[in-house]
Amino acid sequence: MVLPPAVSARAGSAASPARVLLDAASGPLVPSAREVLLTAVDQGWADPRRLYAEARRARQLLDQAREVVASGLGVLPEQLSFLPGGPAAVRAGLEGLRYAGRRVGAGVVASAVEHSAVLLDVQHASAASQPGGRVVAVDRQGRVDLDAWGRAVGEPGTVAAALQSANGEVGTRQPLALAHERCAEHGIPLLVDASASLGRDPVPGQYDVLAGDARSWGGPAGTGVLVVPWRTRWRLPGPASELEGGRTHVEPVVPLVLAAAEAWQQTAHRREADAREAFELVAHIRAAAAALPDTEVAGDPTDRMAHVTTFSCLFADGEVLVDELDRRGFAVASGSACTSSTLAPSHVLAAMGVLTHGNVRVTLPLASVDPRRGESVHSFCAALPDAVATVRSRLQR
Amino acid sequence: MSSVDGMAADGGHGDAPEDAVEVDARGLRCPLPVIQLARALDAVPGGQLVRLLATDPAARTDVPAFCRLRGAELLQVSKHGQAPGGHTAYLVRQVSATEPEAVRATPP
Repeated sequence: MVLPPAVSARAGSAASPARVLLDAASGPLVPSAREVLLTAVDQGWADPRRLYAEARRARQLLDQAREVVASGLGVLPEQLSFLPGGPAAVRAGLEGLRYAGRRVGAGVVASAVEHSAVLLDVQHASAASQPGGRVVAVDRQGRVDLDAWGRAVGEPGTVAAALQSANGEVGTRQPLALAHERCAEHGIPLLVDASASLGRDPVPGQYDVLAGDARSWGGPAGTGVLVVPWRTRWRLPGPASELEGGRTHVEPVVPLVLAAAEAWQQTAHRREADAREAFELVAHIRAAAAALPDTEVAGDPTDRMAHVTTFSCLFADGEVLVDELDRRGFAVASGSACTSSTLAPSHVLAAMGVLTHGNVRVTLPLASVDPRRGESVHSFCAALPDAVATVRSRLQR
Repeated sequence: MSSVDGMAADGGHGDAPEDAVEVDARGLRCPLPVIQLARALDAVPGGQLVRLLATDPAARTDVPAFCRLRGAELLQVSKHGQAPGGHTAYLVRQVSATEPEAVRATPP
């Protein structure tokens, strides 16, 4: 991104040495994207649809950002829309496919580890007893059952399917090429949810609609991407929107989009080296967790995203474990029931049949966000055995 | 949405064999039901049946996972009544032959 000079670069203030951030699913920003965001608040505030100089400037910056991200995703700028967040992009992507197929049916096929927005949609449709559409089981690693997938997309009434490129909780990759083939055999369009993988894994090549979230490549929250190739039959219900190629009714926030494009540029050109290093660091965490007594490390050990892993400790309370690690300076997430607002634990862990209590989830930040992530991982691995033992010993008889 | 593969989920009556040790963990949240189950299994000889009663929905995933990790045998899962007030019963057999080669954490 070509922007006026930014204020002097400095390391992300959120990553102070005292804290070790191992929950990069929600930030912080790649430092240069943070600078662009701050500058863009001054340079890109105007409504890109107005006609005066500031507005034309905002339009120009938005167009540049779209070209950067579209080129990174290997699509035309006109096929790429910015939506308010990854989940919004996934939801809209599915809605457009379903509406376009409404004369055939309303059924959506999804794996059991999809984003809850997708699963709620599938359940809603099946509660309304619409034919076709179902949730397809996954194996212990979280990989979709391809035979069941093929049968489900072939059922009458099915009009669309949704599958993640890889799961953001456990890291396991889905067999996208084969799943897309099964869909194509039945003429069912496939939405690929790459919300967890863009910027970390190669951009998926087989899809009919692609959705993503700028947070996965170190960009800001509140910025999702939706790609609808010309060949895909896709349309939102209601009056046509003039925004973002008709794929949303919400105006993009130009500074957020600019920051997302900057983060993409920074992340994409270092992606392979970053992922190679992250893979080894996460392997180290997996080994440290597996060495703990009565601990189960989930997800595929090799066919996975480089930067994500999760493990569950028997006889430990997930919330207490997160608190204990937090007290020791480590920020981690958890899929245990006690840490979420609902009574139910992570639907991903449950679908895989993996222990849901005592769960810890690590999402390694990009090296550009935490240049000392190697040290972070080593100190985490060193602290883990005592933290887990402490939490276990606290549980009352 | 999760039911245990190959397990009956009938809403029937007291179907535990008479000789099962009963562990009542109704009303307890994860991981307490599993801790109580582990403690009960540790106290019984191989082949003994233990019947765990639990209301926490997380137990639906965690009891089978626990049995897999610890080499205990999950024989039956049965629902009794609807939530709230209903519970699920898990019939588990202690299998002492598969006692651990690795270090175990003692259930607290």
